[in-house]
Amino acid sequence: MDGTPRLGHGFRFQWEPAQSCHVLLYPEGMIRLNRSAGEILARCDGSRDIAAIVAELEQAFASSGLRPEVEAFVAMAVGKRWLRLDAPTP
Amino acid sequence: MNAPATPAAHIGPPMWLLAEVTYRCPLHCVFCYNPVDFARYEEELSTDDWLRVLREGRELGAVQCGFSGGEPLLRNDLEVLIAEARRLGYYTNLITSGVGLTEARLDAFKAAGLDHIQLSFQDSSKEINDFLTHTRTFELKQRVGEMIKARGWPMVMNVVIHRLNIEHIGRIIEMADQLGAEYLELANAQYYSWALLNRDQLMPSREQLRRAEAVTDEWKARLAERMRILFVVPDYHEGKPKKCMNGWGNVFLTVTPDGTALPCHTARMLPGLDFPNVREHGLRHIWFESEGFNHYRGTGWMKEPCASCDDKENDYGGCRCQAYLLAADPDAADPVCPKSPHHAQVAAAIEQADTAAPSTKPLIFRDPKESRRLCGES
Ligand code: SF4
Ligand code: SF4
Repeated sequence: MDGTPRLGHGFRFQWEPAQSCHVLLYPEGMIRLNRSAGEILARCDGSRDIAAIVAELEQAFASSGLRPEVEAFVAMAVGKRWLRLDAPTP
Repeated sequence: MNAPATPAAHIGPPMWLLAEVTYRCPLHCVFCYNPVDFARYEEELSTDDWLRVLREGRELGAVQCGFSGGEPLLRNDLEVLIAEARRLGYYTNLITSGVGLTEARLDAFKAAGLDHIQLSFQDSSKEINDFLTHTRTFELKQRVGEMIKARGWPMVMNVVIHRLNIEHIGRIIEMADQLGAEYLELANAQYYSWALLNRDQLMPSREQLRRAEAVTDEWKARLAERMRILFVVPDYHEGKPKKCMNGWGNVFLTVTPDGTALPCHTARMLPGLDFPNVREHGLRHIWFESEGFNHYRGTGWMKEPCASCDDKENDYGGCRCQAYLLAADPDAADPVCPKSPHHAQVAAAIEQADTAAPSTKPLIFRDPKESRRLCGES
């Protein structure tokens, strides 16, 4: 999987103090996100491609081999329309 | 301090703040959900009152804010309220008929950060006919729809379905598609307020409903990804009480144009309950402590058949307003439930819709004059 993820139409991502977690807001409601989902989504702003997101996360959490997890999450989120995936620029 | 019926520790925060900013409306829908005596409540909250309500709701933890009415566009401070709601971190929703919406106003809403617009289709008989015959109304909605999409909002439509338009449902879907709608909610009329006054004329037969659902399913398959369609079945016909408002005082906090805070926009009709006003109390007190919000929370207030029913945690006994309207007892099981001793009334209404000749009673259109007549002031 490749490309640049950005938030889906109508979704908003924010930190929610009352819930102590990141959430996704959309017209009918709210999705509470766990920590790793929050960290990934925080970087899906249309300015980083998947490789860049993985690199940032690996650096931020001093870990490696995160690509499969990020890809799986992005695929799931695209399926639910939380994210759109812009094709990689050739 | 009075000990509330349920300790505040067990009550979660509201998720939704619904700001009914005005009862004024240029339209006269026969199914209007505003109270029939809305003309009593003319004194609207000021801009500052609303700004405070928004702040307090957000402090309580509400994340969704809906602006509705009446027609919310008639408040000329709407953009100020939206901007503040957005700044506070709400997801902001506007529910409008689009009547009176201009490019400039929409630009102001965009600048204010409005997240979402739902365009509703009103005035059953006349407007739907206009719409179906491709006249003025279609053009209005088309223009408004284009303006909405041009600014990057999804195009979301809501149409109230009832006997006078249900036969045209395929055409309604087709035209929604022509307007570029991405979501379409086909909501069967709920029989409160004005719709209850007009129930004989508005309630479809079972056969009509069945056909409408079948037609909707065909369209769903055909349009698949292009437009998502939601068909909301009326609870009368489903024979299943709905979990009204997702539980009393559980998710929704409605503030009416005059500042009365309600667990549901129709709850004001219930007798013997005192609903607090935001002019006198903060939202925290209103949500956690007030008698109006605590009265029907949970299941402790129930009587039979609900009290010993296995479903009571699922539907909380259905709708309190419907119990009051049909069983004259707000503590009763929702008469839509087959276990209700008053269910015969619902069954009779359905039976009548199935068999009776079309009602010749004139429709009662929602307007301030009718409202004053209905509250006996004239
Ligand atoms: S239902 Fe119709 S009349 Fe009632 S507030 Fe909405 S647009 Fe106005
Ligand atoms: S008896 Fe009461 S709780 Fe049980 S299904 Fe009917 S309305 Fe719901």
